[in-house]
Amino acid sequence: MNRQMTGADIVVQALKDQGVDTVFGYPGGAVLPIYDAIFQQNDIRHILVRHEQGATHAAEGYARSTGKPGVVLVTSGPGATNAVTGMTDALMDSIPLIVLTGQVPSFMIGSDAFQEADTVGITRPCTKHNWLVKDTDKLASTIHEAFHVATSGRPGPVLIDIPKDVQFANGKYAAPTKADMGHYKPQIKGDKDAITALVDLIEKAEKPVLYTGGGVINSGKGASQLLRELVNATNFPITSTLMGLGSYPASGDNWLGMLGMHGTYEANLAMHDCDLMICIGARFDDRITGRIDAFSPNSKKAHIDIDPSSINKVIHVDVPIIGDIGHVLEDLLKIWKSRGRKTKAAEIKKWHTQIDAWRAVDCLSFENSDKIIKPQYALQRLEALTKGMDRYITTEVGQHQMWAAQYLGFEEPNRWMTSGGLGTMGYGLPASVGTQIAHPDSLVINVAGEASWLMNMQEMGTAVQYRAPVKQFILNNERLGMVRQWQELLHGERYSHSWSEALPDFVKLAEAFGGKGIRCSDPADLDDAIMEMLNYDGPVIFDCLVEKHENCFPMIPSGKAHNEMLMGEADTQNAIDGGGAVLV
Amino acid sequence: MNAVKLKKGTSSHSAYDLKSFIGDTEETHTLAVLVDNEAGVLARVIGLFSGRGYNIESLTVAEVDHETYRSRITIVTTGTPSVIEQIKAQLGRMVPVYDVHDLTVEGPSVERELALFKVQGKGEKRVEALRTAQIFRANVVDSTLESFVFELTGTPEKIDAFADMMRPLGLIDVARTGVAAIARGT
Repeated sequence: MNRQMTGADIVVQALKDQGVDTVFGYPGGAVLPIYDAIFQQNDIRHILVRHEQGATHAAEGYARSTGKPGVVLVTSGPGATNAVTGMTDALMDSIPLIVLTGQVPSFMIGSDAFQEADTVGITRPCTKHNWLVKDTDKLASTIHEAFHVATSGRPGPVLIDIPKDVQFANGKYAAPTKADMGHYKPQIKGDKDAITALVDLIEKAEKPVLYTGGGVINSGKGASQLLRELVNATNFPITSTLMGLGSYPASGDNWLGMLGMHGTYEANLAMHDCDLMICIGARFDDRITGRIDAFSPNSKKAHIDIDPSSINKVIHVDVPIIGDIGHVLEDLLKIWKSRGRKTKAAEIKKWHTQIDAWRAVDCLSFENSDKIIKPQYALQRLEALTKGMDRYITTEVGQHQMWAAQYLGFEEPNRWMTSGGLGTMGYGLPASVGTQIAHPDSLVINVAGEASWLMNMQEMGTAVQYRAPVKQFILNNERLGMVRQWQELLHGERYSHSWSEALPDFVKLAEAFGGKGIRCSDPADLDDAIMEMLNYDGPVIFDCLVEKHENCFPMIPSGKAHNEMLMGEADTQNAIDGGGAVLV
Repeated sequence: MNAVKLKKGTSSHSAYDLKSFIGDTEETHTLAVLVDNEAGVLARVIGLFSGRGYNIESLTVAEVDHETYRSRITIVTTGTPSVIEQIKAQLGRMVPVYDVHDLTVEGPSVERELALFKVQGKGEKRVEALRTAQIFRANVVDSTLESFVFELTGTPEKIDAFADMMRPLGLIDVARTGVAAIARGT
């Protein structure tokens, strides 16, 4: 197929040929031809958001929950700059996005035309790659290459800037099979010698731990299956980063819970005391490692990652393996099995006994109240009342996000959408809309804080317009809870601008948008209120008034090691020294 | 454990090249980066260095294959061994980058820089400048009654040395291309 059509038609045809069924976007002057082409077809559904940032996060929710790339269509200038936060978020969390931006006509570029911005310049550091297409004949192959780049190797956002005259002009359409895809070919298979070296370590390990991340989920459902097989076959304990939750089931016997700054006691101590750490698709983020020079001092470390630049970036590892998690795990299991499935079973059993002793500390226990709803209790009840349902969870950023990671259990990958690397407040509501659009019959809950939620609250209009029955579960403490917690611990309890005055009435707000509002402030009413939310067929804002001064524990303070955790309020006196205060 | 025997070499394996220690001493490395000569490719490379806080001592770029639109960027950079490895890995994963060679560790290489020197003077100084230029095998590419422009090719050290010699003899302007480098042998 090599036929002539307009640039706008080429865009739509290329998206169809790439299997795109949904586009999140917002029209404007410089993308009108593409919107005209979208109007005249029925294969691609366009979801009109209320702000371009919402489009990017909705596309992230769509992408994370389906494993397919999310597609965004916005106009030039402010349309593109509003999308920058979402692209940066997707870059940090390795989420594949295709962002199409309109641009002023190519002959006006550089003239400070109306709604002109140097989009490729602005987005160069926040995309995996970007293109300005000046020739309609090259548009189709650029779009196809963009899908290839966004989805292969370490996934990420890409941007294609399309001047308006290129959209109007006629050009040749090239189908994906005939397009020039460039030379980008990341390494997929791991080095056999390196994998064998890791098998050696597995056979000898007495205190092993698997430390997994979002890379397992990006590698596809097969990678999660292989990971489960590896855990079950070796009886190794396993922990995960925030991004990796669900690749191993939370109900699994070997599950330690999330690790890191607000991870569980057992996960962090296992990391600290292990003799073999196998990092699978994670990147030794500073939320994970704490103090670098005290990070897991006595372990051999192996790192499996598709991105060569992730290896030895923060932590020096003994066995680096570059490749796709699924492929590497498959080879790893094959080699390990062929050598007789050896592990030091007795020592590992002893290691589990040690871990069970840490687990017995019950680090997620909290002092409940029958007068006021504790945020942890609210999430415990949400978990109990939705367990086993076809459920997707998104979050905003802050205390509620950490509590959600601690108290909700994820049994499958792609069920948990959260902003990890960038920590973008305002992510959760649009992400929940994007997730619901992809899974119209599933339960989609955004666990939110009231401050984060307000940052992109306009997307409630999108939810109502497209009958996306998203449940906005807002843990309302009238505070910027995590900021407040840090001010308490680090800044002498001077709560500088960390409370929310003049909050809207969330019930009335829900009604104003055309949704349902529910408020709950009494622990005794909580179950009924949650059931009311779950049973309502439409978007709900659940205003859960919770304890205002609750802190999120356990916590590894900045600049401290894994074995220096704060377990509760009693530990917080002078917990963070001057050196830690400078870190974020 | 047994020492892992891994291939040394090109950028796709560059993370394997890491030394078994993380030293703190800064080293200077010359990198040859082969890229698609597409719009913005130099901005991408420079943006990587500035965005991640790496140093650029010298940078040259030109298209070296007009048929395939391939450009060669030669970068001289300094950093600890782990930073150098990061730089190579970060360059290697960029979409328009074909290959990254660390000429400093991949065997002997030749480094050359071209410079133009404008020297102003009369009488004995002018004669001395011309004499020194002959010693350095610099060419005169422009001359007036009161000035010369010398062209000199050599290592950065040779260029520096020539500049030092010319300064008291009336050096008023210098233009340097930065380093171009290539591996010796085949």
